[in-house]
Amino acid sequence: MRHIALLLPALTIFSAFWLLPMARLVAVGASGEMGIAAYWAVVTDERYFSSLVSTVVLSAVVTLATIIISGIAGMFLQRNRFFGRSFLLATLTFPLAFPGVVVGFMVILLVGRQGLIGSVTEWLFGEKLVLAYSMTGLFLGYLYFSIPRVILTIMAAAEKLDGALEEAARSLGASPWQVIRDVMIPGLKPALISSGAICFATSMGAFGTAFTLATKINVLPITIYSEFTNYANFSLAAALSIVLGLITWLALALARSMAGSTVAAAA
Amino acid sequence: MKHTKRFYLQLIFTVSVCAFLMIPVVLSILAGVTENFFIGISSGFTLRWVVEVWALYHKTIFLSIGIALATLAVTLLIGVPAAYVLARRQNRYTRWIEELMVLPVAVPGLATALALILLYGQFRGFRISWTFILVGHVLFTLPFMVRSVLAVMGAIDLKTLEDAAASLGATFMQRFLHVILPNCRQGILAGALMVVTLSMGEFNITWMLHTPLTMTLPVGLADSYASMRLEIGSAYTIIFFFMIIPLLVAMQWMSEPAKARKPSHG
Amino acid sequence: MGSATNTLSTVSIRLAGCAKTFPDGTRALEPVHLDINPGETLVLLGPSGCGKTTMLRIIAGLEQPDAGGQVFFGELDVTPLPIEQRHVGMVFQSYALFPNMSVTENIAYGLKVRGMGEAEKQQRVDEMLAMMHLDTFAGRSIDQLSGGQRQRVALARALAVRPGVLLLDEPLTALDAKLRESLRAEIDRLLRSLKITAVYVTHDQAEAMALGDRIAVMEKGRIAQIGTPRDIYYRPTTRFVADFIGTMNRVQGLAEGENLRLPGGLLHVGPRVANEILFRPEDVRIVSTGDAQWHAKIVSAFFLGDRTRLILDVGTEQPITAETVERREFKPGDVVPITVDPGALLFLE
Repeated sequence: MRHIALLLPALTIFSAFWLLPMARLVAVGASGEMGIAAYWAVVTDERYFSSLVSTVVLSAVVTLATIIISGIAGMFLQRNRFFGRSFLLATLTFPLAFPGVVVGFMVILLVGRQGLIGSVTEWLFGEKLVLAYSMTGLFLGYLYFSIPRVILTIMAAAEKLDGALEEAARSLGASPWQVIRDVMIPGLKPALISSGAICFATSMGAFGTAFTLATKINVLPITIYSEFTNYANFSLAAALSIVLGLITWLALALARSMAGSTVAAAA
Repeated sequence: MKHTKRFYLQLIFTVSVCAFLMIPVVLSILAGVTENFFIGISSGFTLRWVVEVWALYHKTIFLSIGIALATLAVTLLIGVPAAYVLARRQNRYTRWIEELMVLPVAVPGLATALALILLYGQFRGFRISWTFILVGHVLFTLPFMVRSVLAVMGAIDLKTLEDAAASLGATFMQRFLHVILPNCRQGILAGALMVVTLSMGEFNITWMLHTPLTMTLPVGLADSYASMRLEIGSAYTIIFFFMIIPLLVAMQWMSEPAKARKPSHG
Repeated sequence: MGSATNTLSTVSIRLAGCAKTFPDGTRALEPVHLDINPGETLVLLGPSGCGKTTMLRIIAGLEQPDAGGQVFFGELDVTPLPIEQRHVGMVFQSYALFPNMSVTENIAYGLKVRGMGEAEKQQRVDEMLAMMHLDTFAGRSIDQLSGGQRQRVALARALAVRPGVLLLDEPLTALDAKLRESLRAEIDRLLRSLKITAVYVTHDQAEAMALGDRIAVMEKGRIAQIGTPRDIYYRPTTRFVADFIGTMNRVQGLAEGENLRLPGGLLHVGPRVANEILFRPEDVRIVSTGDAQWHAKIVSAFFLGDRTRLILDVGTEQPITAETVERREFKPGDVVPITVDPGALLFLE
């Protein structure tokens, strides 16, 4: 039928270049000296487990921080019109297109060895504050690319909020904080959950930023990369990346079930 | 207009966030045009770094543009018809296909790249060609094109328009060219901008797939950050900004009037 | 007259044993036989879900009937032909005007895909614009038009190709009441002057009565009754048709010779013997006390401007509805003497 013919090119390319390779990846993952146990390596082996844990914790912390920061800034920009608003909005969304490497570079410029903050603290306190090449730097980097995404989602959701609900709450005597807590946050919940899940998934799978900052930071994507490139441990790399893929896919499936459309992840 | 204390607190907060995002950008631009970053602005402005970057990486930049355009061509050719089928037939299978298509975006690029290398790495010719990277980019950007076109198709009651054209005697090709495509123009355009922007900035997949002869702009950036002096990395970053900004502006502009210009039918 | 288009003379339409079951199992249409005469306007009338739109789409070629069903245009079996090849004109409920084309381009589209020459195309379009009074809108884009204007463009577009059959799927439903009435008259004039075979789907009885040469009242995938508007209104053959068209009073009692014993008295019904009679509100006459068969008490009175509608208690379980053009004021609680002409009574099995 005609419809199948129209769909065929996309399906063929997808099967040939994603489905098949993925199947092979799964197979390779089980083909190493550990066999299928390689898939459990991420919980059984100390090194990989710590890598997974730090990645999860980092992603979770980034998600929480991003939601709070984007929530405040996003609601503020959505609800107020003032001179310079569009400019602020533009600066907030510009980093959307930055690949992880550029974000890493931005972090280096801020808190690296020759970074701005380092120079300022040296001038103020005589000691250079260098954060870039550690988890803190990574945290800042992840924050950097997460904020623009989440802010846009929150602003879009805030636009759809029914102002009448807040007015009703105020007419009943609620303070601004109570209105936020009892009306706005529940109203934004789907958007917060879905963008939070996307933020989490993106951070889990991010590679470029960590790569730029230092290849020694212990997050799972970097671990996978080392196994593959430095130790030629293909099966372990395959197994670990399948596990990582499953986790990120689960997080995004959660996001989708909580809200209609998705803003995509890319890092 | 009088503003409350809360307003100013929030304003300061928001401005700080913007500063966090923008200051490094400004710094990198400055660094890229400064004679010597460590000395500072007093060392003077110069374009020599930009020129040097161009000498070192212009092939890379052209390859990036070429791949982005090729990605666009492929996603248009396979994505628009696919979106049409997904819009016309809404059943269990089409939902599965949509889910499937998003996987290369949901799953870390690293995994997709690894998978490709493991299966196709043995074909030397393919492995070292730019088409290897093209494949990765197409997989990653296809869902964006499809979703963008699908969104517009969903808004225009595709089926009835097609029935009307058919009732007037139009064959499928005629309907597709005269009625369906023109009315999806906005979705196609938005999708195209998205695809090109994503392709230009794609790193996670490309880093694994590239060879010294098939480097793209982001790969070159990583290379310059790691091995070149700060000024060169910054100058290269300036070139990247220069290429990305028009795309972002175009996307922004596209999404604004579209809200007011929703097609109405009666 | 154009030669590039296949100008059919008005054709008859015949459906033979056409049924439709959808892939999810819904039975939209039971096997139906239908003959539509050349130049006739047949209205398919019924509540939503009755199958009228499905039938229209089968005639159009947008749906295929289940195996064994056939559609004929004149002598030609068009069943295997898709809509592109049936040379019909179709007007959709949402008009389905092409947003990317102007009024002129929309009207010309059918001619364009048939490869008609520029000059001839323009001439035909001008003809259509004039016929539908759209001359001033020629170059406009679709979203600048009002509902009524769009509807006329949809008609013009469908008629531009000089089809032998015109199919209209609830074309007036999207418009407000006043506009609907005026456009209804226009469509009526149009259909008569063109002498085209038309199938018109609607759920609005007034529209059906006004436009149809014959009406096919449909229920649950079947034609309940087919006939002229007067047939349908005055001589419904099934309970459903009687209830669906207008308001119908239904009164039950005990047959006693030529009378019906009712709680309120004895009603002379004539030679027909039945336990139930039906009659229309307008057939209830208010008479002087002597001639009355019932003394009815007014439950509610609604002054509708051109007539008054009364809900009357006649001692039966349900009150009856009566309509009168008498100008006097009626108040709830009043007693009015009424009678129903035996000739206006309906009996159904």
